[in-house]
Amino acid sequence: MKNYGFILVVLTLILIAASALSVCVGAVEISASELWSIMLYRTGLSGDIQFSPQQEAVLINIRLPRVLLGALVGGTLAIAGAVMQGLFRNPLAEPGLIGISSGASLFAVMMIVLENRIFNHVLTALFGYYALSVAAFVGACITTFIVYRLAVGKGKADITTLLLAGIAINALAGSFTGMLTFISTDQELRDITFWNLGSLGGASWKTVTGILPFTLISLCTLPFFSKALNALALGESQAGHMGIQVNLLKKLVIVLATLGVGASVAVSGMISFVGLVTPHILRMAFSADHRLVIPGSALLGASVLVLADLIARTIVAPAELPIGILTALIGTPVFIYIIMAERKRRVVN
Amino acid sequence: MIEVSHIHYSVGTKKLVDDISFDVQPGELLAVIGANGAGKSTLLKLLCKELQTSSGEIHIRRQPIGTYKLDQLARFRSVLAQQNTISISFKVQELVMMGRYPHFDNTPTENDKEIVKAVMTETGITEFANRDYNTLSGGEQQRVQLARVIAQIYDQPEGILFLDEPTNGLDLLYQQQILSLARSLADRGYCVVSILHDINFASRFADKVLILKKGRRVGFGSPKQVISCENIHDAFNIRVRLLDDEEFKCPLVIPSMVLTEQS
Repeated sequence: MKNYGFILVVLTLILIAASALSVCVGAVEISASELWSIMLYRTGLSGDIQFSPQQEAVLINIRLPRVLLGALVGGTLAIAGAVMQGLFRNPLAEPGLIGISSGASLFAVMMIVLENRIFNHVLTALFGYYALSVAAFVGACITTFIVYRLAVGKGKADITTLLLAGIAINALAGSFTGMLTFISTDQELRDITFWNLGSLGGASWKTVTGILPFTLISLCTLPFFSKALNALALGESQAGHMGIQVNLLKKLVIVLATLGVGASVAVSGMISFVGLVTPHILRMAFSADHRLVIPGSALLGASVLVLADLIARTIVAPAELPIGILTALIGTPVFIYIIMAERKRRVVN
Repeated sequence: MIEVSHIHYSVGTKKLVDDISFDVQPGELLAVIGANGAGKSTLLKLLCKELQTSSGEIHIRRQPIGTYKLDQLARFRSVLAQQNTISISFKVQELVMMGRYPHFDNTPTENDKEIVKAVMTETGITEFANRDYNTLSGGEQQRVQLARVIAQIYDQPEGILFLDEPTNGLDLLYQQQILSLARSLADRGYCVVSILHDINFASRFADKVLILKKGRRVGFGSPKQVISCENIHDAFNIRVRLLDDEEFKCPLVIPSMVLTEQS
């Protein structure tokens, strides 16, 4: 436990360093001393102005919300991946595989394409800026619920059925999204493409405050299920014998993970692999104990996405690479390595 | 400690547990024996509150089992299940510490750590405290799981331990070790209920034996009272002979086919 605390502190420092790096690098360069000076000035600790107004504006209005959004989305996706893998007792589970992301995307796309045609802006009037998040969240919940119901028999979620049901529902959601693409206008098509590739380009203080409540709920509550998820690794009835209410645990974890991931996908689109790979890195490097893996995934996932976004927006500057491309590009080799290592381990035993 | 009176449990029209009554007191080891499908595991699930009886009463520590919450039960009652595959690999030490989960919130206390240490010594698994559970042999894994469930109730006076075929798939030495351990726990004041396949083990280690057949009770009492040729034939449908020599404190069962071959 002492050890875990140390690892978490190191991961927090990595996240701070990644964020500091990310707010400084870009078209408008900000040096470390200028960053420090802006921070002191903005917090009122110093009246000294050692920076240009342009630097300050870029930092406050563009970089900072973007880094915050990256950290929130990355942290939420990774923490959701960690709890999903624990909950379904399967190392390959992630929010995307059981339909959270595709469901959120589908409903977000429905919102984009159908809102002004069928609902006549009623929903936007009702939910305001949160309308997309609400739609994505509802979509995430519905698909996850369907996948979960399909896989549950006699109170037990069967893993094979779960993954197959996930594939089926993902395909179904994909085909509905395809249909909406077919009837969409050019502007809507651009928006839909944005969902499917994922990007933090839409970052503003508005998006950050939009997803903040949802993601914070996920990030703050899920670590409390660490012990119960550890017990669940022994088996569902074994966890019951240790006093865990397994069915309640399943429902709570699914709702809380879906909440954050739904909101994240709503503002950033489908960012793949962060949720799947991040928990595995921690497990392989340190321990499979959820008391480390769950909070650790949040911190590491946040760092990974902040850095990936830094690369995405600088590597082809002034253009911007969709971040989903980048995470899949880096994530896939890591994922294959995990599969191979896992197989080797099974053969050895 | 555990009083079971006239419990029934059925799925559809099939009666899996049919009018079973028995009791176990602190310091006693009850062995439940019977052929495959006799309802042993179902009975254990009823005792664990995993299933609810259709009718009849189960009292644990003089209270109906329904009045306990799962986490209350977990503090004085632990269960060793038959299947113990774990989905995420833990170190042996971490796994045994999980037995203490019902007793601490986030960080184990000194007491928890000492209990884990003591139990690991008692079960002889200290040498692989830092090994990965999945790299252990079947017998070693079973001992680690046993250590976990003992740790769960170690400091509870009159704790209750349920074992579902604890010797399954183990070689003779490990079978002996595990049952001796169960016996010594009972001698220390725990109440131990174990499903067993080997009648001779039941006879040798248990204070009371419950024989089941198709969900019904064939016999209940001390090994001497209930392990008889008739009961065994009734429950298992095999002819046996009993060796009730003075050397043995308990009846020893030998399939009669073996005897005729020898003579």
